[in-house]
Amino acid sequence: MAHEATMSPHGHAADHGEHHHESPVVFGFWLYLMTDCILFGSIFAAFAVLRNQFAGGPSGKELFDLTNVGIETAILLFSSITYGFASLSAAAKNKTMLLVWLAVTFVLGLSFVGLEVSEFSHMIAEGNGPDRSAFLSAFFTLVGTHGLHVTCGLIWMVVLMVQVLGPQGLSQRMISKLTCLSLFWHFLDIVWICVFSFVYLAGVM
Amino acid sequence: MLGKLSLSAIPFDVPILVGTFIGVAVIGIAVLGLVTYFGKWGYLWREWLTSVDHKKLGVMYIILAIVMLFRGFADAIMMRTQLALAYAGNPGYLPPHHYDQIFSAHGTIMIFFMAMAFMTGLMNVVVPLQIGARDVAFPFLNSLSFYMTLVSAVLINISLFIGEFAQAGWLVYPPLSEMQFSPGVGVDYYIWAVQLSGVGTLLTGVNFFTTIVKMRAPGMGWMHMPIFTWTAFCTTVLILVSFPVLTVTLGMLSLDRYLGMHFFTNDGGGNVMLYLSMIWTWGHPEVYILILPAFGVFSEVTSTFSRKPLFGYNTMVYATCSIMVLSFVVWVHHFFTMGAGANVNTFFGIMTMVIAVPTGVKIFNWLFTMYKGRVEFTAPMYWTIGFMITFSIGGMTGVMMAMPAADWILHNSLFLIAHFHNVIIGGVYFGYIAGMGFWFPKSFGFKLNEAWGKRAFWCWFIGFYLAFVPLYILGLEGMTRRMNHYDNPDWYPWLLVAEAGAIVIALGIVCQLTQLYVSIRDRNLPENLDLTGDPWNGRTLEWAVSSPPPHYNFAVIPDVHGIDSFHTEKQLGRRGYNKPLEPIHMPKNTSAGFFVGVFSFLLGFGSIWYIWWLAALGLVGIAATVILRSANRDIDYYVPVSEISHDEEAYSRRIAAAQAAE
Repeated sequence: MAHEATMSPHGHAADHGEHHHESPVVFGFWLYLMTDCILFGSIFAAFAVLRNQFAGGPSGKELFDLTNVGIETAILLFSSITYGFASLSAAAKNKTMLLVWLAVTFVLGLSFVGLEVSEFSHMIAEGNGPDRSAFLSAFFTLVGTHGLHVTCGLIWMVVLMVQVLGPQGLSQRMISKLTCLSLFWHFLDIVWICVFSFVYLAGVM
Repeated sequence: MLGKLSLSAIPFDVPILVGTFIGVAVIGIAVLGLVTYFGKWGYLWREWLTSVDHKKLGVMYIILAIVMLFRGFADAIMMRTQLALAYAGNPGYLPPHHYDQIFSAHGTIMIFFMAMAFMTGLMNVVVPLQIGARDVAFPFLNSLSFYMTLVSAVLINISLFIGEFAQAGWLVYPPLSEMQFSPGVGVDYYIWAVQLSGVGTLLTGVNFFTTIVKMRAPGMGWMHMPIFTWTAFCTTVLILVSFPVLTVTLGMLSLDRYLGMHFFTNDGGGNVMLYLSMIWTWGHPEVYILILPAFGVFSEVTSTFSRKPLFGYNTMVYATCSIMVLSFVVWVHHFFTMGAGANVNTFFGIMTMVIAVPTGVKIFNWLFTMYKGRVEFTAPMYWTIGFMITFSIGGMTGVMMAMPAADWILHNSLFLIAHFHNVIIGGVYFGYIAGMGFWFPKSFGFKLNEAWGKRAFWCWFIGFYLAFVPLYILGLEGMTRRMNHYDNPDWYPWLLVAEAGAIVIALGIVCQLTQLYVSIRDRNLPENLDLTGDPWNGRTLEWAVSSPPPHYNFAVIPDVHGIDSFHTEKQLGRRGYNKPLEPIHMPKNTSAGFFVGVFSFLLGFGSIWYIWWLAALGLVGIAATVILRSANRDIDYYVPVSEISHDEEAYSRRIAAAQAAE
């Protein structure tokens, strides 16, 4: 949403001596990410308050399968590396390699979401859905919000892959968009590390 | 197919609502008919609805705010009338179910759709001009933000005629707002209206923060920014930090309601106080989001009409920033009675009192700006002086309630209601109206009528005291808020006085409408026309361009050398620029914001009524519009030099005509 027509302070026609100022698009997207960080922070805070409210239901220790979560974590962290390669290809103006690395990242992201959905459906099938207890409400909301973000990132990735093949090619505007998605993707990785540590690890310990 | 929606959702049995609906329908059909009769649809669509020009979006925001003011005020006077009647066995004319919706809607509408829209409108009109920019950083997002606010306002007003509105107060506290106690659609209307407008506000925050950081004219350092821009900047910081918390809090409430989760329920381990804590983590900064730009307006108005630079520019900036930071460490004072313990309450009590210090600094700065100035008593100056008196009183009652011990007695009483109306009417509203009078000529090229402006001020000023001083007394006498009827004979006379105050305020609103009508009627009189673009002998850059400014704002981006740079240039006899004109890069208009707004409306309405196909349609529509927009490459163009020089010559002729008239 942030990759749009923007006003630059000097316009294109103004003095060309200053062509190294940072794009306002990437700056604006950073700001958006900071607000997203507060959004996750709020959900973490709610989770911290409700983490022991089991209402007679199961606790994290009984529910979490660390092997599955470990695989999820490895997949997501690896997808950050592959997106890094995509960024390098974009910088080198290598459209084919860019698309290949984006496709690899997409597959990794999709498997992450798939594993999460199967974990969720498994828990719900056993009667431990988000309406079971306040702890599970907070758990599903926190992990689900992250998963929703990853899903949006995947949709965004497909859109950009199609656009790279289209008339926009690897224009400056396109590079900005790829940079924004890259920031988004790495940010979700960092959030996941917090989820993994404070929700899963702390829940099992 | 239609979810919960059926014919029984339409309140045919409530004569007030049927009458209102007929009124709204008649006015609506009349407006649409007039636009059709004069053949203005194309003009409206091309020049306004699809515009990404910050000046036009600002005007549309303010029109929305004024319409919402009527709605919110209608609610207010209905409540006052109910309480003037519902005494000693008389049930009044509003049954509790309806009355509860009215007080909930009054607060929600006044804060989210009157005050927030007005604030965003003023920021839009003023900030890019003050910092010497051609538009905001993301013009399309700006249009999108406007439509998110607009459709939310439409959504909340539709609740009048289809279904019902929330009956749980303007912050819908659980457990009352949970499915168990509010099974209707009222709370869902609240949630969707506030969430959608919250998205708009958040994007506005990102947009203006980026604009102010990245797009100031060359030479304009941080400590050269006009004070209004500084306050707008601090407001955007508050928006960026606090609105995500609101989104999460209301999101969790919706998950409770829609998916049976247990965040704030009585059972299942939910925690009601978590909601209060989170909603006020947003809610207290929100108060400062509204008041800081009003402080900015007062600073500009006072220094312009006192013909002096603002006293204590630096302290004003530091005070604004301190308020910005402190606003995040006081939220618990909204629920001292929760019983968090003496230490916690003491901390938040002291922090709350500390906020009075930077605010006091500001009051003294304005007073010293006026001191020995040649003060010109225009209508904006009236509102400013009225504010200084009223806001100081409101601030002091606030410090009274900052004492936890006193708050235990005053909590949820009418004393609290009097306090926050004291600061919101006397601070926020007076400020925005002063700002509207001050910048009106910039937007339209003619001034507002002074006499009617002053009449409006006196009605509001006197009406305010008549309406709210009795509420202080009633609060001390133990009357709680949100009461539908009562039988205490001591309260009755004060509630009659308050009703009289509401009627005087109504006269003030009538004066404001008359002011608009008279000003538009007499716009071509020589004393009203603003030919020079600088009707008040202003100090900041927005007065350096014609009124209304060309759509690209500045033919040549100005160079700035200090505070009040434009004023300094005038003193030195330098006006205009000495650089050659060049083509200007500008964004093209787009209808994408409008369509995202329409689809968001479908998403909201569908979700409120459990019409899932409609909600899905809205969601897919939003995604499709955004993706199509992102694929569109035809989004900008260059304004040719011939057009710019044509505009500039016309402006020079107007300045020459104005000088000849003198």
